[in-house]
Amino acid sequence: MIFDTLLVANRGEIACRVMRTARAMGLKTVAVYSDADANARHVREADEAVRIGPAAARESYLKVEAVIEAAKRTGAGAIHPGYGFLSENGAFVEALDKAGIVFVGPPASAIAAMGDKSAAKARMADAGVPLVPGYHGADQDDALLRVEADKIGYPVLLKASAGGGGKGMRVVESSDNFQAALDGCRRESQAAFGDQRMLIEKYLTQPRHVEVQVFCDSHGNGVYLFERDCSVQRRHQKVLEEAPAPGMTAPLRREMGDAAVRAAKEIGYVGAGTVEFLLDADGSFFFMEMNTRLQVEHPVTEMITGQDLVEWQLRVAMGEALPCTQDELTITGHSFEARLYAEDPEQDFLPATGKLNRFAMDLEGAGLDPARVRLDSGVESGDVVSMHYDPMLAKLIVHGDDRHQALATLNRALAALDVQGVVTNRAFLQRLATHPGFRNVELDTRFIERNEATLFAPRSYSTEEYASAALVGLNQLARECESDSPWDRHDGFRLNAPYTIRIALCDPAHAQDSDDSAAVVIVEGTRENGDNPWNLTIGDETLTAYLTPLNGDAVAMTLNGHRRRLQARRDGNVVVMADPAGETRLFWRRIDAIDHGHHEAETTLTAPMHGTVVALLVDPGVRVEKGMPLMVMEAMKMEHTMTAPADGHVESFHFQSGDTVSQGDVLLEFAADDAN
Amino acid sequence: MSILQSQINSRSDVFQANQASMFREVVKLRDLTAAIRQGGGEKARTRHESRGKLFVRDRIDHLIDEGSPFLEFSALAAHEIYDAPVPSAGVVTGIGRVSGVECVIVANDATVKGGTYFPMTVKKHLRAQEIARKHRLPCIYLVDSGGAHLPSQDDVFPDRDHFGRIFYNQATLSAEGIPQIAVVMGSCTAGGAYVPAMADESIIVKEQGTIFLGGPPLVKAATGESISAEDLGGADVHAKKSGVADHYAENDAHALQLARACVSRLNWQKRGKLAMKEPKPPRLDPAELYGIVGTDLKKPYDVREVIGRIVDDSDFDEFKRYYGDTLVTGFAHIHGYPVGIVANNGVLFSESAVKGAHFIELCAQRKIPLIFLQNITGFMVGSKYEHEGIAKHGAKLVTAVACAKVPKYTVLIGGSFGAGNYGMCGRAYDPNLLFMWPNARISVMGGEQAAGVLAQVKRDQYEREGREWTQDEEEAFKKPTREQYEHQGHPYYASARLWDDGVIDPAQTRDVLGLSLAAAMNADVQETRFGVFRM
Repeated sequence: MIFDTLLVANRGEIACRVMRTARAMGLKTVAVYSDADANARHVREADEAVRIGPAAARESYLKVEAVIEAAKRTGAGAIHPGYGFLSENGAFVEALDKAGIVFVGPPASAIAAMGDKSAAKARMADAGVPLVPGYHGADQDDALLRVEADKIGYPVLLKASAGGGGKGMRVVESSDNFQAALDGCRRESQAAFGDQRMLIEKYLTQPRHVEVQVFCDSHGNGVYLFERDCSVQRRHQKVLEEAPAPGMTAPLRREMGDAAVRAAKEIGYVGAGTVEFLLDADGSFFFMEMNTRLQVEHPVTEMITGQDLVEWQLRVAMGEALPCTQDELTITGHSFEARLYAEDPEQDFLPATGKLNRFAMDLEGAGLDPARVRLDSGVESGDVVSMHYDPMLAKLIVHGDDRHQALATLNRALAALDVQGVVTNRAFLQRLATHPGFRNVELDTRFIERNEATLFAPRSYSTEEYASAALVGLNQLARECESDSPWDRHDGFRLNAPYTIRIALCDPAHAQDSDDSAAVVIVEGTRENGDNPWNLTIGDETLTAYLTPLNGDAVAMTLNGHRRRLQARRDGNVVVMADPAGETRLFWRRIDAIDHGHHEAETTLTAPMHGTVVALLVDPGVRVEKGMPLMVMEAMKMEHTMTAPADGHVESFHFQSGDTVSQGDVLLEFAADDAN
Repeated sequence: MSILQSQINSRSDVFQANQASMFREVVKLRDLTAAIRQGGGEKARTRHESRGKLFVRDRIDHLIDEGSPFLEFSALAAHEIYDAPVPSAGVVTGIGRVSGVECVIVANDATVKGGTYFPMTVKKHLRAQEIARKHRLPCIYLVDSGGAHLPSQDDVFPDRDHFGRIFYNQATLSAEGIPQIAVVMGSCTAGGAYVPAMADESIIVKEQGTIFLGGPPLVKAATGESISAEDLGGADVHAKKSGVADHYAENDAHALQLARACVSRLNWQKRGKLAMKEPKPPRLDPAELYGIVGTDLKKPYDVREVIGRIVDDSDFDEFKRYYGDTLVTGFAHIHGYPVGIVANNGVLFSESAVKGAHFIELCAQRKIPLIFLQNITGFMVGSKYEHEGIAKHGAKLVTAVACAKVPKYTVLIGGSFGAGNYGMCGRAYDPNLLFMWPNARISVMGGEQAAGVLAQVKRDQYEREGREWTQDEEEAFKKPTREQYEHQGHPYYASARLWDDGVIDPAQTRDVLGLSLAAAMNADVQETRFGVFRM
């Protein structure tokens, strides 16, 4: 079972992360790639790489034969599946067994045992692992499912039996909504997993998501590497994870750990696995599922235990015994992980695509200790984020002596992240990580829903933020010129008169508003010759402002004699400023000059991103009311519904169900009723 | 590297007094400029605005790249020349950057006497075209003018440098490959019709712009045809029927956007090449110029204190420092552009003149632009100097200045008197641009000297006739001459008559020169061929 070449059947950060350890262990690394990833970072970093198909995952990263063929071509004796894709695909593992290639993961039988969630629960119940009340039956009749749901009592959770990762999963609050939710879940499940079977569970109202990392070798040894708290989730997708779980007691930790190891041994598990529990406020816990793979959030466990879990996986795959016994494992300090996604929290987390003009983190400039901050990413400056795969760009992992210190480091590191060209959820992560509720461990899986008012509250901005944004935009404009010509100054030079700027700023959501709208704030500035400070007027307030460029995108902003350091940049017309207290985004526009095409009216509905049309919901010509759904498209494995922008009717659809659309494509012509 | 060290004590009484007096002059200049920017008064502005038209300076702000500089010429043109005020001579001219290209902009101000052409308007328009030719800059005409000011016809129509020269220039500029773009934003009557017609590309604004050789009243009188201005020569006529205009704009803002698009299609490339350095601000504070220079021309100061506050990093590499030291010459950079600086530091002697000629030859040979900082009472007089041939030495300097083909920029930072004006690249020597500080004075000689010379002639006459001339009589005789010279030598008087391209705040000098040099790089720096130097 010894191998010297490891193929990683994955992409992005996890492929890079696995190869890093493999290289350190002296293994040759092989990447596989789709056409969309021909020059991706994981390909660049691998010793060898093999093309396995076109961009669509089902024709490349999910294609078993192609991956096996690649392993044969490169002499890879083992395949690490990462997470997602083929990582929990029993058929793949069986095919590898047949081909004589080592699968870095559990045996097919263990995957199968946990893959069918309903069957898994039955088996866990037999092994004495506590379960949440629910229906896991084979009979999938709509009416029966609804009766079962009624029996469990609302709210209930509808879940694809074959699912994972939040797809095909919905909370149903009442019997009335059950059928609609069932239809939606089945559609998503069918698309994602080719399977429509559903299970129903009692939906706990204040549960925390606490999972236990387990590890087993092929010699019958099993240990747990303690727990992770992943309670901060959005639509069942983890956002912030930490280890250890705050408030965890030693007896409960032991109890949950033992239960997890018991669950693993029950199914003859080998390798890294995660047993997910719901932990109720009273300390009772229920088995949810077991993930038979390395988890996205495994680094927080590595940070507190000092172990390299990928190294453990590879050693176990080589037939070695576990490197440690349970007694030898200890917890040191506290760790957080924040998942950085290419998505726009202000637009309902719509996945974003584009070119990453810059992707960097200035640890030194931000005063961060490199030993305490880890950035696991699958991208670098210049890379393109495509529509084809999961929009996660990177994971930011930090370590501290205690939770308080780790959280402070997380906030500082989030501010130091410099991502340009693609919209990310960084601001949202900062709002989460600075939230008093999060700081005070008021955690449960509905943390985000519960705190929507404060996490998504329409931002109000301070005079200082407006002043800073005005000058940052100006500074960026001058920088973008990259010219020494005095004509490239943007400070409004005029002879025998003060230089004058007038800048309109508003929440990016109000970018289309006209300058006299209440949402728009006008910053007027004048300054005398040369490098004097600007005198800015914002409403009734005046202040002197001076911007000093520092390294990279850092600037020092001095407002009325108070100097602060910011990461600042311009993404198109949006000025983005970040410091450890959070990120501020303001739409920036000069109004002393023409704005070309600013006031063009929207008469069409365009695709917000690349994707596929799923359904046309109305017939052309039929009158609809404002807000009614017109068309559904699917992108990034999520459904997006186009709604009527006004009362009126669709004149024509430009695409049919199944068509692929590109970002910006006009999807349909809409005629609004004449305004009276 | 030779960084200038300042000897200035900014706490001294002299410095403080100088600063206060110069500051007063700058404030006066700013106030006057601000008033002039308002154009033709409240009533005319209200009427202009009610027609949905933008004011002329707002048009320019819309036309140029957002927030970029506008280097306006001669804002004081026609100041106190005519019976009624004609602010900026009714036309705003200057260099602005449009779609990344430096252009000369000539924009009529219809709020000033309907944008009609007074003699100074014509002079200013022609000067802008001359600047465009010299710097090789595309021209954009924002036309909104009733044509020639009819009562002044004898001063605007017949002569070589009158109205017709505008179109001569359009033709010959276009022939030199310098684009001519016209935006018709108001009337364009009679001769004015040729501005868009002679343009390479023209834009007309719907229901605002009109172009015709004869307006409706003239048509009615001549042929009896009754027709509205719009039907006679509006946008629909010219964009759809006549082909006099190429682009049809919905409104002012749209027209200016179209003009920007025109410029973006020029395939414009700068031709000038200079060995640039990274621009650095001066180490010495330009704000101290006020306190160094002051407003009393009789108070001497070291001109290096001025140079050190204008050039990059205050780095001035002096040439022939110890020879002919009343003229300071040397190499420096301004906004990264290499320049040769020629600056007065006292009266010109033979040695200083010869040194100046030598230095100008160096710059011409190396194609380095020249900056003249004028503060000159003239050449030294007296038998010793006449006998050593100061006239022929001065002639060498004048020959060098006249023939040098590198870009030349002159700033009058103090007095500009007599032949000193010639040797230091006065208006007659075709500097690319010439600016004055508010403390400067220009005349054939100082008022005191002129009065003295005239009084001496008078006294000689009295003595020949054996008459007595009392001290009081002489004083009374000299006073009007002194006053006349003071009045006519004032920068406002000079700028009103376009003897310069504008009066500038000393603190803006560095930026003005930087912008000018950058604009000059649109043209090749030409080879110089000097005339015969009298040896």
